[in-house]
Amino acid sequence: MSGYLAIVAARFRSLLQYRAAALGGLFTQVFFGLVRIMILEAFYAASSTPAPMALPHVIGYIWLGQATLLLIPWRNDEDVAEQIRSGAVVYELTRPLDLYGIWLARSIAWRTAPVLLRMVPMFVIAMLVLPILAPEWALAPPSAASFALWIPCFAGAVLLSAAVSALMTVSLMWTIAGDGVAMLVATLATMFGGLIIPLPLFPDWARQIIYALPFAGLMDFPSRVFTGDIAPSGAAWVLAHQLAWTGALVALGRWLVSRGVRRLVVQGG
Amino acid sequence: MDSLRLYVRLIACSLRGQLAYRATFLTKLVGNFAVTVFEFLGIWALFTRFGTLGGWTLREVALLYGTVDVGFALADMLSRGFDRFGTILKAGEFDRMLLRPRSTVLQLLGYELRLFKLGRLAQGAIILAWAAGAVDWTPARVGLLGFSIAGTYALFLGIIVLQATSAFWTIETLEVWSAFTYGGNYAGEYPLSIYKRWFQRVFTAVIPLGLTTYYPARAILGRDDLDGFHAVAPLGGIVFAALAFGVWRLGLRRHASTGS
Repeated sequence: MSGYLAIVAARFRSLLQYRAAALGGLFTQVFFGLVRIMILEAFYAASSTPAPMALPHVIGYIWLGQATLLLIPWRNDEDVAEQIRSGAVVYELTRPLDLYGIWLARSIAWRTAPVLLRMVPMFVIAMLVLPILAPEWALAPPSAASFALWIPCFAGAVLLSAAVSALMTVSLMWTIAGDGVAMLVATLATMFGGLIIPLPLFPDWARQIIYALPFAGLMDFPSRVFTGDIAPSGAAWVLAHQLAWTGALVALGRWLVSRGVRRLVVQGG
Repeated sequence: MDSLRLYVRLIACSLRGQLAYRATFLTKLVGNFAVTVFEFLGIWALFTRFGTLGGWTLREVALLYGTVDVGFALADMLSRGFDRFGTILKAGEFDRMLLRPRSTVLQLLGYELRLFKLGRLAQGAIILAWAAGAVDWTPARVGLLGFSIAGTYALFLGIIVLQATSAFWTIETLEVWSAFTYGGNYAGEYPLSIYKRWFQRVFTAVIPLGLTTYYPARAILGRDDLDGFHAVAPLGGIVFAALAFGVWRLGLRRHASTGS
């Protein structure tokens, strides 16, 4: 276990170095947040029928989405992709650790450090600066309970996101140059993770299906626990959804790796 | 003429290179198409729930959406060298370009044509065709749509050139610029009138996306009369691009290489 923890810690520390990049991204994220809020405000203003999500919840949801944007598995782990391309992945096989475990550990660090680097300044803007500049656009949890329960749900989202990322890494064993798989997963995750529109605003018939998919646990459920759109009593269900999917994806990843290693041929023997 | 022939050859090389990895190319193409289709499905879902957006119907918004997406996809496809300029500069590759007896602009434009971006282009064109079915076309409106797409293309090219120029000072290409490229594309998919005043002003006077898409679209849809203002509005994008290339020349004079 300590071997895997060391990988998480080392990778976490190296990813924490990219602070300037995180600040550079902040401007873009605030910009997108403002545009999305103005668009949804305009939709809400035009409508007289009640929507399944109140406008203040939508605004909070958009800021949390921008803050935790990097929970969406956008890209492959390039270091591992290079190892698989070059054959250096055999060195990993000589370690007294399980190959899937190494990849999952790397993914966990990758889904924590960059997310935290962007989340903290985003929270400062949405929770401290906006209340002064534009109070109607600010982010605030409705109660201490909602905020407290958001923390485990966020942790659950990190684990789930890491499991999805690890599975993308595993797919590289077959595709070698697997940008395509990464792109498809990222597309599904943005759509069904609530980054394009909040999931509760989808047509009623589609919602139950979308909620059952793993992507809803990445950003949508935790954000709605934070804003109070999901009452504190619903947080347990959110955690169950996240952990069940994480378990299933980890099991699938391990099984695929064990099959992949069996057919692995290393050139230059 | 010679430059044009060289440009075509550079592009042809780039295309052959990408088609060598056929499966990767196809998945990327499908992926790029799917991303943009999902974006539009999101808008469709909002319209099914809320009905209208600031008095605009889905099919009217589709005209804006198609125009801005086609314009952006063209710029995104044809300016990869400027988009990656930070990396090119850092690796010293740009110094090699300076040694060649051809303009750097030509070499950067011909750097790579990313074919998979046809996905967004195709999607924008399909949405545009659907929106066009509801428009009462006149020759003037057809001409204005073409001008509007050209102006939008020029505007996004100008933004990407400015992004590259900033790398002369910062070396890295800063992510801040995505707010204006991808962010501009995103904001331009909706009518300018739904945004706050300050935002409308920025996107008319500073980054004239409103001039290249929103006002022409109003005239094409018959919301405004097609008068002199609407007819020349897309020129804003071309003026912007011209200014951007002017700034590029200033930056070039400052360039002092990254090598030791």
